[in-house]
This record gives sequence, structure tokens and C-alpha cells, in this order.
Amino acid sequence: MKGEIKMAEKVDARGLSCPQPVINAHKKMREMESGTFEVLVDTTTSRDNVTRMATREGWNVEVRDEGEDILLVLRK
Amino acid sequence: MESIVRFFGSKKGILCVGLFIGVFAALLQKWGNPPNMGICVACFERDIAGALGLHRADVVQYIRPEIIGFVLGSLISALIFREFKPRVGSAPIVRFMLGFFAMVGALVFLGCPWRALLRLSGGDGNAILGLVGLVAGVALGVYFLKSGYNLGRNQKTYRFVGWIMPLIMIGLLILLVAEPKLSSGAIFFSEKGPGAMHAPLIISLIIGLVIGILAQRSRFCTMGAIRDVILIKDFHLMTGVFGLLIGAFVMNIILGQFHAGFVGQPVAHNNHIWNFGGMLLAGLAFALAGGCPGRQLFLSGEGDGDSALFVIGMIAGAAFAHNFVAASSPKGVGLWGPGAVIVGLIFCIVIGFSMREKI
Repeated sequence: MKGEIKMAEKVDARGLSCPQPVINAHKKMREMESGTFEVLVDTTTSRDNVTRMATREGWNVEVRDEGEDILLVLRK
Repeated sequence: MESIVRFFGSKKGILCVGLFIGVFAALLQKWGNPPNMGICVACFERDIAGALGLHRADVVQYIRPEIIGFVLGSLISALIFREFKPRVGSAPIVRFMLGFFAMVGALVFLGCPWRALLRLSGGDGNAILGLVGLVAGVALGVYFLKSGYNLGRNQKTYRFVGWIMPLIMIGLLILLVAEPKLSSGAIFFSEKGPGAMHAPLIISLIIGLVIGILAQRSRFCTMGAIRDVILIKDFHLMTGVFGLLIGAFVMNIILGQFHAGFVGQPVAHNNHIWNFGGMLLAGLAFALAGGCPGRQLFLSGEGDGDSALFVIGMIAGAAFAHNFVAASSPKGVGLWGPGAVIVGLIFCIVIGFSMREKI
């Protein structure tokens, strides 16, 4: 419903090897164009690759450690 | 620690890693490794397959310390930087077969992407055909990635599982040092040919370890470099590839190892079609498996059991390629090389089409 506060959409890229997390995050960026969404990854390589791609595409990336996983919050 | 992480994550960092690999590959050649083969992941794994008696091509048998160093260096780096994460279970049999056919393709060309670059930096024009094939193969892989190709998720596993590949490498190191003389003839070392040419063990091992550490930190990957340019126009990894090429080229000039031409190049043939075709297959297999042979070794050192299986698939592929006359030699393409490449291409294309999520 309009005006309702929604949970940020999440891309679960845990367990996916390179370059799948980047592809999935990139697809979400294209769908949303702007806004906020989260990408959950489980390796620092995926964290770095998604962050590098997102930053280049003009998105702001906030990195949060979530136990053994890493949550990336992407905003534009 | 933080500044080291930041440096190796930067373009400058990966450029330095590429330069280091290029310079020391040329030096390893000077110190005894075969011509234009200072480092070749495919050739060196093939030599290991031969040393273990899995194939009997007596000119290419040696336990290459560089390969051992790559895995153990990556392990050390992953442990120090808390990136050792044992994981398995993402389409293991597919990864084994991709490794198998990647090796078949590489041995028809006579080199992995690293050696293709080293051959070019040493003046071997035939490498251009191989590199064009590599780019075409990776581009085909990108097509599949864009249409939803995906090998599926891996799973976290027990810590010991991540140690299996490093332990195999320690086992190989013991065999290399002890060189057991068993009545069954367990270990074979070439007395002539490329397999007999090697830099001193300790030098090769140390350089391998350092490259393993640097590449684990920087995620150096030749296939990834080409893929990222095509897929997302990202030149980060490509900076490292340029570094390797430039470092090796400059060092080859300094050492007098640069000889331009197509004919009579060391450990190479000039069949243009199958130089292209071999690397087309290899490039496609690397792209579908998510990493070049070097990167698969570094990932296996981080605890990635699927990459370890790709490596073992490559070693099995090397044994097959030599036993079934599919590997090339300086005399030309092996009798069954073209056939094996075609079978490999069909396999990879079927995998590319059949393992797709709807997008």
C-alpha cells in the first residue's frame, strides 16, 4: 500500500561465487533505479566486488558485519 | 593491517601484484624454468600429473613448487586476514568437468592465460591467437551469465575440509623433497625437455608463496579481468593483467629473453586455428567456473572445496590429454586435440544453456 513503511528489499547472495553477487546486485539496481536495498554476502571478496560496482554506479554503500555474514546497505 | 587491506584492494595494489608476477615469472625463466614458461598454472599442473605417473609423457614430469606455493601462500594470507572460510557443494561434478576441459583447451594451445601473456611478452606472436580465443571464450561465458547461468550456492562446512587441498600440497612438497625411490616407480621427474627445466626448489617455492599471498589479497584473476570489462565495464582486475604483461615484457628485454616471431617459438606451435580454438574452450570453461586456473588455486587455499575440485579436474584433464594424444607439442596439434576441444565446447555450451535460472 502507498505510504506504508516497507522493509528494505534484500538480495541474498550468500554462498554464491564470483561474479554472481555482483550480477544479482546489479540487476536489483536496474530494477529500482533509486531507493534503498540490502545485499547479504558471506565473503569479503563479494563485499568488495559489490561495493566497487555499486559505488561506480553512483550508489552509496554502508557495510555492516552480521556475525559471519556481511550486510551491504545500498542507497541512491 | 587496515592499510594493507586498502592497498591491495586498490588499482595501484593490483597493478603492483601483476608487475610482481610478471617480473618474477621472467626471472624464474632466467633461473631455470622453461622458456616463456616462468609460470604456467596449466603446464605446471600437467607436470605434476606426469610426476605422479598419471600420464607418461616423459618430457613434462615434475612436481612444480610454484603450484604448492600458490595454495599455501593463499592459505597463510587467508588465515592472517581471517578470510579462511571452508565451503563446498556448488555443483562439484560440473566444476570438476569444467576443470578437465579447461585443461584440454589449455594444452591444445600450450598454456594457461598467465602463460599466454608471458608468451606474448617474450615475443611469441602465436599467443595473440590464444588471447583472442580466450577473450572470445570468456565473452561466450558472459553471454551465459547474462542469461541466468548459475552454478548454485555453496555451503559452509567443517574447518578441516578447507585444509584438504593445502594438505595435498604439503604431501606433494614431501614427495618433491624426499623423491621416494619406490620399486613401482612412484614419482617421475623428466630428464629432458621442459619438465627437466626448473629453477632451484627453494626459490620457486618462496616466489610461489609470495604470489599466493599477494594474489589472495588482491583477488588477481586473468579471466575475471576480461569478464569484468565485458560484463560491467570494470577495469580493476585488468589493471593487474596489464601489470603482468608490462612487468614480464620489460624484464624479458633486460634479460635478453625477447624474441619476436611466430615460428620456432619455445614450447609452442603455430597452428592458428587451434591456438584460437584451444583457448576458446579454456576461456569458456574458466568463465563458467568463475576463475582462471591461478585464481582457482588461490580460492582452494582459502578453503573453497569447489575450486579445489576444479584444480583436480584440471590435473585429470592433463593426464587424459597426454594419454589420449590430445595435448599439443612444439611439433603441432595432437591427433585428437581438435576432437577433444569440440567435445569440450559442446559440454560447456550444454552446461551454459542447461544451468540457467529464469530471469
